[in-house]
Amino acid sequence: MEYSANAPKCVLAANRISKSFGAVPVLFSVSFDICEGEVHALIGENGAGKSTLMKILAGFEPPTSGSILLDGAQTDLPPNGEAEDLGIVLIHQELNLAEQMTVEENIFLGRELTSRGFLDRLTMRRQVEVLLEQVGLDIAPTARISDLSIAQKQMVEITKAMNRNARILIMDEPTAVLTPSETELFFQQVKQLKKRGVGIVFVSHKLAEVKEISDRVTIMRDGQWIGTKPTSTLSLDDMAQMMVGRELSDLYPPMDEVDVDAPVILAAENLSAGKVKNVSFDLRKGEILGFSGLVGSGRTELFEAICGLLPVDSGVVRFNNEVVNYKSVSQARNAGLSYLTKDRKGKGLLLAQKMAPNMSLFSLPKFIKNMMIDQKAEEKALARGIRRFDIRTRDADISVGDLSGGNQQKLLLAKMMETDPRVIIVDEPTRGIDVGTKQQIYHFIAALAAEGVSVVVISSEMPEIIGICHRVFVMREGRIMGVLSGNEINENEIMRYAAGLKEAS
Amino acid sequence: MSDTEVINKQSKRAFRLDLKAMGPALALLILCIVGYSLNSAFLSEGNITNLLTRSAFIGIIAVGATFVITAGGIDLSVGSMAAVISGVMIIIMNNLIGTFGAGVTTILIGCGCSLILGVGAGWINGVLTTKGKIEAFIVTLGTMGIYRSLVTYFADGGTLSLSFDLRGTYRPVYYDSFAGLPIPVWVFIGVAVAGWVILNRTAFGRYCTAIGSNESVAKYSAVNVDRIKTTTYVIQGFCVALATIIYVPRLGSASASTGVLWELEAIAAVIIGGTVLKGGYGRVGGTILGALILTTIGNILNFTDVISNYLNGTMQGLIIITAVWLQRADWSKKKV
Ligand SMILES: Nc1ncnc2c1ncn2[C@@H]1O[C@H](COP(=O)(O)OP(=O)(O)OP(=O)(O)O)[C@@H](O)[C@H]1O
Ligand SMILES: [Mg+2]
Repeated sequence: MEYSANAPKCVLAANRISKSFGAVPVLFSVSFDICEGEVHALIGENGAGKSTLMKILAGFEPPTSGSILLDGAQTDLPPNGEAEDLGIVLIHQELNLAEQMTVEENIFLGRELTSRGFLDRLTMRRQVEVLLEQVGLDIAPTARISDLSIAQKQMVEITKAMNRNARILIMDEPTAVLTPSETELFFQQVKQLKKRGVGIVFVSHKLAEVKEISDRVTIMRDGQWIGTKPTSTLSLDDMAQMMVGRELSDLYPPMDEVDVDAPVILAAENLSAGKVKNVSFDLRKGEILGFSGLVGSGRTELFEAICGLLPVDSGVVRFNNEVVNYKSVSQARNAGLSYLTKDRKGKGLLLAQKMAPNMSLFSLPKFIKNMMIDQKAEEKALARGIRRFDIRTRDADISVGDLSGGNQQKLLLAKMMETDPRVIIVDEPTRGIDVGTKQQIYHFIAALAAEGVSVVVISSEMPEIIGICHRVFVMREGRIMGVLSGNEINENEIMRYAAGLKEAS
Repeated sequence: MSDTEVINKQSKRAFRLDLKAMGPALALLILCIVGYSLNSAFLSEGNITNLLTRSAFIGIIAVGATFVITAGGIDLSVGSMAAVISGVMIIIMNNLIGTFGAGVTTILIGCGCSLILGVGAGWINGVLTTKGKIEAFIVTLGTMGIYRSLVTYFADGGTLSLSFDLRGTYRPVYYDSFAGLPIPVWVFIGVAVAGWVILNRTAFGRYCTAIGSNESVAKYSAVNVDRIKTTTYVIQGFCVALATIIYVPRLGSASASTGVLWELEAIAAVIIGGTVLKGGYGRVGGTILGALILTTIGNILNFTDVISNYLNGTMQGLIIITAVWLQRADWSKKKV
C-alpha cells in the first residue's frame, strides 16, 4: 500500500497531559500529536519528561490528567503494552528483551505463529531471516539475546517492533547505541515504514539525526511543552537553544596541548586478549586518547582486559612504568585506573537501589571508618556528585531505575570519579545525554586532563572523538589500524581506517 | 513544588516504609494476642523463655541464611549440616574422654571442632558455587544429601549418644540461664546483633546486597564477587555450627532425623522477615521476627485444642504465603 501524502491525518494525540509520580509532578499540560506517514521528533534535556510522555502515549503509564485521542476519539489506552493491539508500539529507552531467549523467540514473543496448535518454527525462522537481512543485522535467528552486544540488542528490538504492523511506532532513543552506519540502515527502514503510512515518533539527543529524519520537532523542557515546529524551519543551534533555554557556547572545550615531555602513564605492548590481537598504544599524563572503530572492533575488550575484567592472553601492560597484570577490578582501581562501562543498566548501576549506595559502591573502601560505612560521608559524596554532574531529579529518594536515562548516565560518571582515578577509561560516556550536559561533560573531561588525569574515550560518536581527543586510535577486528593526531583527525580518515580501506604499516 | 507538598510526601513515604518493615512485628504481636486470649499461660515467664530458647536454633541459622539469600544464593544443606556436625562432635567428644576426661576441655575441643566443621562445610558450598560455577540450589541439594547420609552412616542407622559422663558438664549450655535469660537466647541475641551490624553497616554487607541486586554491576564496581559469595556460605556454616553447639546438650544425641527440614524453616524465617528470595535486599531484624513467628505458631497450637497440633505445618505454610503476599502487594500504588 502506498501512502498518499495529501491528507495527513492525526492518528494519536495527547491533549493537555499532566503526570505526577506520587506528589512529584513531571509533566505539565503537554500536548503532542502524531500523524500518518510522518516522523515527529521529540527533543528535550535529560529529565524533561520525554520518556514519561511516550509511556503515557503507549499506555504504559496512565496520565494524571488530560486525555488521549486515538483517531479523534477519546480513549483510555490499555496498560502493559496491550496497546500494541491498537497498533501503538513503543520501543523503550532501556532495552526490553527476554535475555535467555533467542532472537527469533523474542521477535515473535506474544505473536507466535502456529500451525495446528504447534509453533510454526520454520515460517518464523524464515521471516526473521528476512527481517534481519533488511536491517543489515548479521546474527543467527537462534542466537541468545544475552550473547549479543548492546547495539545488536537494540537492532533486534527495532526489528521486533517493525514486525508488529504498527500504525504508530514510538522509539525512545533507538539510535543511542548505534554507530553511524547502523543508524543509516535503520533510517532506511524508517523511511520505508513512513511510506507505508506509519506514524513515527523519534526521541533522540542526536540533533543531526533529528534534522535528517524528522518532519516535525517538538521541544520539551522541565516537563513543559515549549514548541512544535516543522523541522525545515529549525537549525541545529535553534533546536539546542530551545531545549536548554539558553545560548549554548562552544560544545567542545579549547584543546590544551599535552606537554611534550609528559611521562607515559599507561602503555600496552603487543597485547592480545580474546579477540584483541597484538595491540600496542601509549597514553601520556594529561592526554585524552580516542578509540574509534565499528561496534565489535574490540575496543571494549581491550580495556576490560587491561582493567582485570578479562584475562590477558599475551603481551605486556605498563602502568606508571611498572609491568602490571590486574586480576580484578579492585586491583586496577587501587592503582588509579577506572573503567566506565557502556552498559549502564546491565553492568553500571543497581537499578533497584537508591542513589547513595550506587554512588559509593565503586569506591567503598574509601567510605570505611572503624570498619563501618560512614553514611555521612556517603551523603556528602552524593551531594558532590549531584553538583558536579548536574544530576537532576525532582525527588532525591527514588530508585536509580526511576531516574531519567541521561541522569543515570551522569550518576555513573559521578560514581567513577569517586575513585579518585589517575586514568579514566570512559566507554560511550555521553550515551543518552542531552547537548547541554554533553558540553558540561566535555569541559569536565578537558579540565581533568588539564589537571593531569589521563583519559581514554571509547566512542562511536565521531564528532565527540574529533572534538575532544589529542590522538585517536582506530581499531578494526581486534587490531589497531592506525593512529591519528592533530589535523589528521577527521571523519574521513577515521572511517577509512575503521572500514579497513587503509592501514598504517 | 511547594514546601507543604514536600513534607506531605515525606511523611507519607516514612509511613509506607514503616508499614512494610513493621509487618512481621505486627504479625508477631497479633499471634501473641491470639495466644494470650486462648490461654493466659502463653505469656507466662516460663513459656516466653521456652519460646525464645526454641527460636534460637532456627534463628541463628536463619541469620546466616539472610546473608546467603541477600547475596542471591540459597543453602539447602543447613539441616543436614547441623546433623552431621552434631554427630561428628559427639563422636569426637566421646573419644576424647579417655585422654582429657569428662571435663570442660573435652567440651571445648568438641565445640572448636564443630566450628571448624561448619566453616569448612560452608566453604565447600561456597567454592563449588563460585569457582565451580554450579547453581547454589544444585550444590547445596547435593551436599544436603551427602551430609544426611554421612550422619546415618556414622550412627550406623541408629543414634549417636553423648556419653553420660559428659552430659552433666555440657548440660548447662542449654539449660542454664544468665541474668534471667537462657544461654541459647544470649547466643541468639549476640548473633542477631552482629548479623545486623555486618549486613547494614559494613562494606561486606553492602557488597552482599550489591551482588544480590546485580552480579555484573558488582563485578564492574570492583567487588570481589566470588570471595564475598563464598564468605556468605562460610558465615552460614559458622551459624549452623553455633546452633549445633547449643543444640547437642539439649538431647545429647544425634541421628538421621536430627535437623530435618531446618533448611526450610530457616529460609521461611528469612522470607517472612522481608528479605527478598532472589536477593538484593536483606533484613536481619526481620529474620529474627520470622524465626519467632514460626516458633510461636507451634507453641500456640500446643496450647489449644481448637486446631490439631498436626496442622502445625499448615499454619506455618499459610503464614509464610500470607506474609510474602502482603510484602509483594504494592499498597502505595493504587490500581488504575
Ligand atoms: N517511576 C518514576 N517514579 C518517580 N519519578 C520518575 C519515575 N519515572 C520518571 N520519573 C522522573 O520523571 C522525570 C522525567 O523523566 P523522563 O524519563 O521522562 O525524562 P527524559 O526526558 O526521558 O530524560 P532522558 O533524556 O534522560 O531520557 C525525571 O525527573 C524522573 O526522575
Ligand atoms: Mg528518556
